[in-house]
Amino acid sequence: MAWTQLALKMKINDAKQYVANKLGIGVGSLTDEDTVRPVREDLGIGILTAVPGRPAGISAKLKIAELLDININSVDLFKNNIGISG
Amino acid sequence: MADNIFTRMGDGERIEMSFSEIKDEIASGTHDAADRGKIPELSAEERDRLFEIIIEPGRTVSVASGEEIVVTDDSAAMLACLGQDDSGVGVPMSRLTAYLNYERVYAADTATVGHVDFSYKPVKSVINHELQEYYTISQSTTIPLLYGAQPNMGLYFQPDGPCQNPTELLPLGKIDEAREAMESAAELMIDDLVFVGKELAGIGCEGLNFDTAGSAGDADFFAALQAARSLKSMFPSLPVIMGCASEFIMGMHGEIDFEGCRLAGMYPHEQVKMAEAAGVNIFGMAVNITTTRSFAWNLARAITFSKATVDAADIPVHPNVGMGVCGVPMAELTPIDCVSRVAKALVQIGKADGL
Repeated sequence: MAWTQLALKMKINDAKQYVANKLGIGVGSLTDEDTVRPVREDLGIGILTAVPGRPAGISAKLKIAELLDININSVDLFKNNIGISG
Repeated sequence: MADNIFTRMGDGERIEMSFSEIKDEIASGTHDAADRGKIPELSAEERDRLFEIIIEPGRTVSVASGEEIVVTDDSAAMLACLGQDDSGVGVPMSRLTAYLNYERVYAADTATVGHVDFSYKPVKSVINHELQEYYTISQSTTIPLLYGAQPNMGLYFQPDGPCQNPTELLPLGKIDEAREAMESAAELMIDDLVFVGKELAGIGCEGLNFDTAGSAGDADFFAALQAARSLKSMFPSLPVIMGCASEFIMGMHGEIDFEGCRLAGMYPHEQVKMAEAAGVNIFGMAVNITTTRSFAWNLARAITFSKATVDAADIPVHPNVGMGVCGVPMAELTPIDCVSRVAKALVQIGKADGL
């Protein structure tokens, strides 16, 4: 929701609906730990607990940017640094 | 059920009030906000809802499932390692550790990196160090990571800065000289904000936070708006959060306009439209605490302004809920009973998009 508010200037209810649609879950499930954890793990957008080898930090943000269809400046810089376009 | 509860004053002092006194305070607080801001008072239903929130028996209260919002801040992660001056707890750790701690232990929604001297003017002097620290942290964090500081135009006046001090000129009746000083300081401040913003954009900054814009009055607010506009035109994908310093833009200059609107005297529902015009992504409204009034009075006042601001805004509104603003008592250790009621009321009645 925070990424969506920052990048797309969405108000909270619109942001919730947008993110829920992208995650493929209902709005009411967005804060359900039991629902969201496997979704985040499957999508590679970062999970709270430390699991070695799973996307975290810049790699997770790259997946978040793709999933939400937004620009994240740190991700754009990272892709530029390693020669990935788009 | 007894009709007296423990509540607090605006300075955090614990007091006892009756239900009828609390209802009177709510009515008085919303009327004060409506009268000053020329905005609607809270409806009878909203006042009843606010009363119910205040008298809830739990020490902490919360919103219903599904009503949750997101939180932005002004370098709260650094409270772990800063000292009392910043309300910190002084645990020795690097900023990287503090921010990862904030993200993963406190499950923060966002984080804002800041320098210990939290103003853009001193940051300019140590910008390379700040760039390196921000970049290092940003490679490891998953949540949105902003960089924040205060515009703080007061630092551009003597003795801290090069410009004559308007607070010394105005009592001498030197109005024109004071205005010139403020205009000069504003130009210098715009340059610094844009410089720092450009440098950070160059290393992949995920967002900027202009904290307490307008603290030195209308020229300060103008400079923050101009800087935001400049940065957004250069870097359209760089999010900018602008948090205001107070509910009312002080007319220290008195004749500064932005987008054809006089900035002096603006309340939050008007301030947000200026922020929108500048291209700001999220607006942080502030409503100042009156320490000699009750928590109920202060909260009703803040909610009234919040409702009007959210109604007027086309961008997300995150009311500032630090000490002394938007209902949170002015106290070093902000009482959790008040903070949680402020949050709940801002969400359920004030319709905030975040805090």
